Amino acid sequence: MTVPVLSLRDITKVYGRGDAEVRALRGVSLSVERGDYVAIMGASGSGKSTLMNILGCLDVPTSGDYHIDGTDVGSLDERRLAVLRNRKIGFVFQSFNLIPRMSALANVELPMAYGGVGAADRRARALAALEQVGLSDRVRHEPNELSGGQQQRVAVARALVTAPALLLADEPTGNLDTASTEDVLGILDGLSVSGRTIVIITHEDDVAAHAKRVIRLVDGQIIEDRRQAPVDGLPPRMPEVIA
Amino acid sequence: MSRLEILRFALRGLAANKLRSFLTTLGILIGVAAVILLVAFGEGASQSIQQSIQRLGANTLTISASFAGGGGGGGLGGAGGGRVSAGQNSGPRTQARSLTLEDARALTDREQAPSVRSVSPVVTANSATAVHEGASHPIAQLVGTYPSYFEATNKPVESGTYFVNDDVIAARKVMVIGRTVAEGLFGTADPVGKPVSVSGVPFTVIGVLKESGSTGMQDADDVAIAPLPAVQQSLTGFGALGSIIVQATGADATDSAQAEVTAVLNQRHGITPTGTADYRILNQATLQETVSSTIGIFTALLGAVAAISLLVGGIGITNIMLVTVTERTREIGIRKAIGAPRSAILGQFLLEATVLSLLGGLLGVAIAFAGTRFTIAGISPVLVPSSIALALGVSVGIGLFFGGYPANRAAKLRPIEALRHE
Repeated sequence: MTVPVLSLRDITKVYGRGDAEVRALRGVSLSVERGDYVAIMGASGSGKSTLMNILGCLDVPTSGDYHIDGTDVGSLDERRLAVLRNRKIGFVFQSFNLIPRMSALANVELPMAYGGVGAADRRARALAALEQVGLSDRVRHEPNELSGGQQQRVAVARALVTAPALLLADEPTGNLDTASTEDVLGILDGLSVSGRTIVIITHEDDVAAHAKRVIRLVDGQIIEDRRQAPVDGLPPRMPEVIA
Repeated sequence: MSRLEILRFALRGLAANKLRSFLTTLGILIGVAAVILLVAFGEGASQSIQQSIQRLGANTLTISASFAGGGGGGGLGGAGGGRVSAGQNSGPRTQARSLTLEDARALTDREQAPSVRSVSPVVTANSATAVHEGASHPIAQLVGTYPSYFEATNKPVESGTYFVNDDVIAARKVMVIGRTVAEGLFGTADPVGKPVSVSGVPFTVIGVLKESGSTGMQDADDVAIAPLPAVQQSLTGFGALGSIIVQATGADATDSAQAEVTAVLNQRHGITPTGTADYRILNQATLQETVSSTIGIFTALLGAVAAISLLVGGIGITNIMLVTVTERTREIGIRKAIGAPRSAILGQFLLEATVLSLLGGLLGVAIAFAGTRFTIAGISPVLVPSSIALALGVSVGIGLFFGGYPANRAAKLRPIEALRHE
């Protein structure tokens, strides 16, 4: 068996101290295999955002072990964490988080610029990624000239352009209409088929229905871990689309 | 992440807010231009004053009678004598003597005054009116002297000739006139050889001085120079000399010449080492030194005022960079989330500040260059290269220093907090 992409053991996160203490995560253990498509569900206040920040190496847990692609995150300093985020993780945010006044192409190129990829190589890969999300005709547009769905597709292109071990999506469809939601989820399904490991955080059952595995979080603890499709199989909604 | 890449991000950040970048640049621009321009004006003023002094003649001492110290002989001199010890100054207090032709002759003694090259006794008749064929011109300065005066006071003849020693001995009524006098009396005609009557005494013009320009209030070209006895006979009488101009043998000999002249005159005028001299020596070199040190202080003050405006410009950069960082907190968060290391963020904002200040500095230098082409209040500014280097260096330094705080703040932002920022 290969090394899991994500491996969490007894992760806790405590905010504040004394009376103001909030225990956002109370011992979460989780392992995600390569190629899996996991939806983490929970109501607001369940700790899913905290978990997302820890998974994305944006925050450090109060206690517990966290390995990503075999690397112990707890032992890394800030500079190495930045490199890790750059190489291993691709983010898709609820509010798109594209950089304003930069073209779609420049936004997609950005992580490679920080990763030290040469200019020509970078351009080719960014164009390929934009083609993959169906935006070849919008590369010169700036975020404010794109619709919400298009912006989110640019964000997906930016997340996958570095070929990260993990694609982390935080409520990716939260700000989108139904049609755009279908577009984005279709793209994620396609990425899953091509073998990407995806973790998606959501509170919508419709979105979770696309995942191969659904984890439900309540009060900082996992209360349900349900598999909807095998790790190496197709995403559950995929056959319908093909059919 | 290459440096070029960071520079591109920085430039893009500045271009995103052009008006703001321009206004911030303006602060530095004004500061740098002010430093360079004001220092250039100081330097220009200094040089023009130095030239005016130079125009009076090179390596010269001007001796004039001074009646302030031992003036009036008895009364004041007696009081002066009373102050010094009785043993040294027990004799009758020397009377203040005016300068005489004999004093001038004594100074030509090679034994006693080896550093003296030439001595020119001078009498001056003020406001003598010259008339030529109905045209009249009041000559501001009619000088009676020896031929050596021309060289000592740096007054070359443009057309015609100088007068010579024979003219002095024979007291010939010839004169060399300045440009202003020539124009006043003859217009465009050639004055050489023409007769001029000064207060009813006929003179012949034998030469015209080269134009030397005006020095401050005085027109240095409104002058006529004639042999000493000729002026004495006809205008001033054979009394005291107005002054004696001594030319030293070289630039480094002016101080020793001054010492020698002092010794000779003290002896002739009977002045004890503790007594007050009845003459005054104006040393060209000391005058120049005094003036240039005064101007130096003046220039430093101007520079300091300008430096303050540069500092204010620098604070403007800090201010605008702080606003920029706050405004772009979310962008910083995104960049960090997708893997920008702290150094890249720090570099980007530091570069933005430095580009602003460097741009302001370069534009300021350009403006200063343009500004120094104009003559203001009679002073033509002279660019001092070191002031350009300094102003540019300081402006880059300001970018790094004043940009450092906001840039550091941006780099230290935690990505989750930055992302949450609205």
